[in-house]
Amino acid sequence: MNTKVNLAGVELKNPVMTASGTFGSGAEYSEFVDLSRLGAVVTKGVANVPWPGNPTPRIAETHGGMLNAIGLQNPGIDVFCKRDIPFLKKYDTKIIVNVCGKSTEDYCEVVERLADEPVDLLEINVSCPNVKEGGIAFGQDPKALEAITREVKKYAKQPIIMKLSPNVTDITVMAKAAEAGGADILSLINTLTGMKIDIYRRTFAIANKTGGMSGPAVKPVAVRMVNQVANAVKLPIIGMGGIATYEDALEFIMAGATAVSIGTANFYNPTTTVEVVEGIENYMRKYGFNDINDLVGIVNR
Amino acid sequence: MNREKQRVTVISQECLADEIYSMWLSCPSIAAMAKPGQFINLYSKNGANLMPRPISICQIDKENGELRIVYRVAGKGTKEFSGFAAGDTVEVLGPLGNGFYLKDKKALLIGGGIGVPPMVGVAEALKAAGCDVTIVAGYRSKELTFLMDELNASGTLYVASDDGSIGTKGTVIDAIRENSIEAEVIYSCGPTPMLRAIKNYALPLGIETQISMEERMACGIGACLACVCKSKEVDHHTNVHNKRICKDGPVFYAEEIEL
Repeated sequence: MNTKVNLAGVELKNPVMTASGTFGSGAEYSEFVDLSRLGAVVTKGVANVPWPGNPTPRIAETHGGMLNAIGLQNPGIDVFCKRDIPFLKKYDTKIIVNVCGKSTEDYCEVVERLADEPVDLLEINVSCPNVKEGGIAFGQDPKALEAITREVKKYAKQPIIMKLSPNVTDITVMAKAAEAGGADILSLINTLTGMKIDIYRRTFAIANKTGGMSGPAVKPVAVRMVNQVANAVKLPIIGMGGIATYEDALEFIMAGATAVSIGTANFYNPTTTVEVVEGIENYMRKYGFNDINDLVGIVNR
Repeated sequence: MNREKQRVTVISQECLADEIYSMWLSCPSIAAMAKPGQFINLYSKNGANLMPRPISICQIDKENGELRIVYRVAGKGTKEFSGFAAGDTVEVLGPLGNGFYLKDKKALLIGGGIGVPPMVGVAEALKAAGCDVTIVAGYRSKELTFLMDELNASGTLYVASDDGSIGTKGTVIDAIRENSIEAEVIYSCGPTPMLRAIKNYALPLGIETQISMEERMACGIGACLACVCKSKEVDHHTNVHNKRICKDGPVFYAEEIEL
């Protein structure tokens, strides 16, 4: 039985990875799961310099989901390279570094810095809804997205994943723009911009006012967008958005995702990732699939 | 790689005051490791309520493998927990966080509102260690007091209430001044304005002051960076002026934190 998948020449032992921002750099969750069981670990976004993030409260629960506005707090690329990459290298898993920035130059600086580091893929976060500069500003304008993709590609030695925002009218336009700019892989969806009012404090539940919505409640939107993008571009897709079980993961794979990321579910079930790995294997055995790749986009054939 | 959520059994449930509930849980492996000031995550059985509810540990019974939590019903999750009865089960993760740094010094414990419960465990541990224990508990009113018997059993208890219906009328600081309470170390938990007042009171007097912080949490294990507080110095882990309350705390030395 083959569970290996290929993302732009990088072979993952299975299609299950973590979603950026929900798993740190793996250290905390290594107490709960064997990171070597995962196809890849996707790190929290890292910038050229440390970012302090947003004021608290940074999160709020919603029905079947949550809002977050962490604001991409991160220790900066220097500490990240010195501490987090060596930690992840101890495990037999692929390393995907999520890169954030406020300007094209910021992104390129981090990408260039990572060129000679032992990381497998770079995920360019042009879709964070919770920071004022950079982030989503690049992810909601196809021209800007194509331009930054092209610019980042000049500096990148690893294949690049462009992470798309769902907060657009037509996500296929954005997917095509990233493809035109030279992206190797697409990941989607980032969080949906939302809001919650605390009626007892009579103000916004999150200090940032808006937050990114994630969790099982967003899954049908995410599956739909993955399917749309799978039918619009030739690039491999990493699907995410509310995956909590192997059944959820298989929906994304069948919709057209070559790999999947587990995000919010880690917060309430720290062993979700390995449970999804095992669940996919059991499904393949039970229903006679010898190769996971036969399931990728099966509904589109 | 050996930590996991556990399904544990409720031993008893009791309403102590308006919206304040007490639950004893049978969880030997957690009780064996637990220290006063740590917390556990409880998980709702309703899939719509995703987030763990972090609740401080009130009492630790290592001999019987039991933990007591005393919590306020503040939303859907805690409302659900308050309906649990003996024999029901609930998923928990813990112990989480660092807990108080117990010192062999003349101790003043300060709890405010739902910050009172962890002080019971601290008082019991300090008493067992032979320390001189004084406790100041702040409540809104006499009607809304709870855990006073437990506190009385482990130290000398003074009370402050907002309306003066019990103890000193005013804040915990008013009660400390009124009763001329002296201490070498302060252990405290409560709302941020109270912690700020304690810091402002104690640090000029050179009293070692530990504060237990609270913030909205998602993971409870230091990964999501939701529950940060402002630190005076650049934190070694985050590399910015933020400390993670769930992982680096919830207990901090007052001088470390910007309140």
